[in-house]
Amino acid sequence: MTAVPTLAVDDLSVEFRTRSGVVKVLEHVGFRVDRGEKVALVGESGSGKSVTAFAVMGILDAAGRVTSGRVMFGGSDLLALSEHDLAEQRGRELSMIFQNPRTALNPIRRVGRQIADVLVRHGGATRNDAPRAAIEMLKKVRIPDPERRAEAYPFELSGGMCQRIMIAIALACRPALLIADEPTTGLDVTTQAVIMDLIGELAAESGMATIFITHDLALAAEYCDRIVVMHAGHVVEAAPARDLFSHPRHPYAAKLLAATPGETVALEHLASIPGGLPDLRRADLPPCRYAERCERRTDACAQPLPQRTVGDGHVVACWSPL
Amino acid sequence: MLTMLLSRLATAIPSIVGVVVVTFMLTRLLPGDPAAYFAGLAASPQAIAEVRTKLGLDKSLPEQFVAYVGDLLQGNLGNSLSTGQPVTFEIATRLPASAELTLVALLLAVAIAIPLGVLAAVKQGTWIDHLCRIVTTVGVSLPVFFTGLLFAYVFYYLLQWAPAPTGRLDIFLSPPTHITGFYLIDSALTGNAETFWAALRQLALPAISMAIFSLAPLARMTRGSMLAVLGSDFVRTARASGLAPRTVVFTYAFRNAVLPVITVLGMVFSFLLGANVLVETVFAWPGIGLYAVNALITSDYAPVQGFVLTMAVLYVTLNLAIDFVYGLVDPRVRLDS
Ligand SMILES: Nc1ncnc2c1ncn2[C@@H]1O[C@H](COP(=O)(O)OP(=O)(O)OP(=O)(O)O)[C@@H](O)[C@H]1O
Ligand SMILES: [Mg+2]
Repeated sequence: MTAVPTLAVDDLSVEFRTRSGVVKVLEHVGFRVDRGEKVALVGESGSGKSVTAFAVMGILDAAGRVTSGRVMFGGSDLLALSEHDLAEQRGRELSMIFQNPRTALNPIRRVGRQIADVLVRHGGATRNDAPRAAIEMLKKVRIPDPERRAEAYPFELSGGMCQRIMIAIALACRPALLIADEPTTGLDVTTQAVIMDLIGELAAESGMATIFITHDLALAAEYCDRIVVMHAGHVVEAAPARDLFSHPRHPYAAKLLAATPGETVALEHLASIPGGLPDLRRADLPPCRYAERCERRTDACAQPLPQRTVGDGHVVACWSPL
Repeated sequence: MLTMLLSRLATAIPSIVGVVVVTFMLTRLLPGDPAAYFAGLAASPQAIAEVRTKLGLDKSLPEQFVAYVGDLLQGNLGNSLSTGQPVTFEIATRLPASAELTLVALLLAVAIAIPLGVLAAVKQGTWIDHLCRIVTTVGVSLPVFFTGLLFAYVFYYLLQWAPAPTGRLDIFLSPPTHITGFYLIDSALTGNAETFWAALRQLALPAISMAIFSLAPLARMTRGSMLAVLGSDFVRTARASGLAPRTVVFTYAFRNAVLPVITVLGMVFSFLLGANVLVETVFAWPGIGLYAVNALITSDYAPVQGFVLTMAVLYVTLNLAIDFVYGLVDPRVRLDS
C-alpha cells in the first residue's frame, strides 16, 4: 500500500451557485485509485458521481466552484494547475467518456476527424498522419470497416458504435487514467457487455487505471476491483468489491446492495431505499447526510462524520456501522 | 445535395405562380384608372378609350391574364406608363442600387453581430455580454425609417459629416464604368478612389440604419445558440479531450451554433428587402424600392407588378441559397432529403 496512487482525491468539496441558493454538492470527498486499478463510483442518481468526475477533470460548469481539496495526479495537484496546463493533461494523461455517446460526439464532424483532433492536439500524430492514426484507433476499438467508418458522422452510427468512437477518442493518447461516466447507460444489454469488456481489455493492455461511474452495483462488482459508495456528496464507504458485497458496513451501502438484483435476491424482494436525497441547499444539513433516512441513527450521528477503517482498504463513514 | 435543391426549387414554383396571379389581380384592383392617368388630365373620354384599347385594358380579365403571362415568359414586364421605358430594363438598372445597399447593410450587421454574440456567450455575464444585451434591445426598438431620418438629421443637417441624402453619388461625379452595377466594386475595379470614397460616403448612413436593425436578431440568436451549444455534451467531450479553447469554441461550438443563425440571416435578409422601400425613400436612393413607391403613387401598375415579381424571385433564390449553405454546414440535412 506504499505505491504512489495514480489518482488521490482528498477533501474535495464543490459548491454550485444557483438561483435558489448555494448547493453544497460535494463535501470532503476522498478516494484513491492505484495504477491499473479499476474502481467503481456508485450511488443513486444525484449523489454527486458526475460532479466528482468533472471536478477531477476540471470541466465543471461555470456555476460550480471547488471550495477545498486536492486532486493529486502524476505528481501534481490538478486543482492548482492553470487551465492551460490542465488542458494539456486532459485527453493525454487522463480521459473521460460519457453517458449518452450519441450526444457526446460533435454531430457535424466526421468521427475520424474527431479522433484525429485529439491526436494532433497532444502530439500523438502529425496533421498528415492523423487520419491514418485515427483509423488505427478505430481498429483497436474493433469497429468493422474502419476506413469507411472514419468518414461517417455520428448520426450514421449506432449508439454502441458511437461509444466505441468515444473510447477511441479517450484512449487515443494512452492516458494513465480513464473516467467512464455510465458508459453503457442507454445501450442494450449485449452492447453493454461488449463495451465493458472492451474498456477492460484496453485498460489491462496498457496498465491504465479506470474509474467506472455507475448506479448498477452488479455491473460494478463484475468489472471492478474496488467500490466507492457515494451518497449526497459524501463518500460513505470504500472497500474492495468482494468485501463490500460480502459485508457492507454502511447502512446505505447495505440498502443499495439489497436493492440490486442478483442471483441471490429475487426481483420482488428488492428493497427500495426509503426517503430521498436531502435538499443540499439547506443550511441545517446534518453532518451525516444519510441520518434522516437511516434506521440505525443514534445520538452520536450529530457529531462530524468519522472515517473508520474496518478492514484492509475498507473505510466507512458511519458512527454505527453494521 | 443537388436533388435537395431541385426539390426545394420545385416546391417554390407554386408560390411563384401564386405571386404571378396575385400581382395581376392586385394591380387591376388598384384605385385609379391607368388609362385616364396616362391620357392626361385634359383628355376627352374618347382619348381615354383609345388609350385603354392601346393598353389592352378593354379586354376581359382572362384575356388580359393570358397576354400578361405570355409577356412574362418572354421577360417582358410591360412598359412604365410614366416613363414609357420597359419595366424589365428599369428594374435591371435599379436593382444593383438596392442590392448594394442591402448587402452592405447585411455584411455590416453580420460582421458586428456574430463576433458580439459569440463573445457574449463565451464570456457570459461580463461587460461584453451586457453590451450585447443593450445592442439587441436598442436595435429592435429602432425602426429603420426612424434611424434613417435621425441619422440624416444629425449627421447631414446638424454635423454635416455626411453628404446630402440624395442618392448613390454626388451629382457632380459620374458613376463608375458599369461592370457589376455595384458602385463600390466597380470604382474599386477601375481604380477610381475618388468615386469609391464618394459612393461609400453616400452609402454609409442608409446602410448603417439598416444594419442596426438587423444586428439585434442576429446577435441575439448567435448568443443564445452559442450558449446552448457551449453547454452541450459534445463540447464537454471536446474540453475533456483537452482540445485548445480556440478549437473548442470555433471548430466545435461555433460551427454547430451557426445553423440557427443562418436561418435568422435568411429572415433578416428578407426583411431588409422590404425595409429597402423605406430607406430608399428617406435617402432618395435610386433602387427598386423607391421605384415601386413612385409607381404605386401614380397607379403605374406595370412597375409595381415588376417589383413584386422581382421580390418574389429574390425571396425564392434567397431561401434556396440558405438551404444550400445549411446543407454545406450540416451533414444531417444533406441526408434527410
Ligand atoms: N450545474 C449545476 N448546477 C446546480 N446543481 C448541479 C449542477 N450540476 C449538478 N448539480 C447537482 O449536483 C448533484 C449531483 O449531481 P451529479 O450529476 O453529480 O449526480 P450523479 O451522481 O452523477 O447522478 P446520475 O446518476 O443521475 O448521473 C445533484 O443534486 C445536482 O442537482
Ligand atoms: Mg451522472
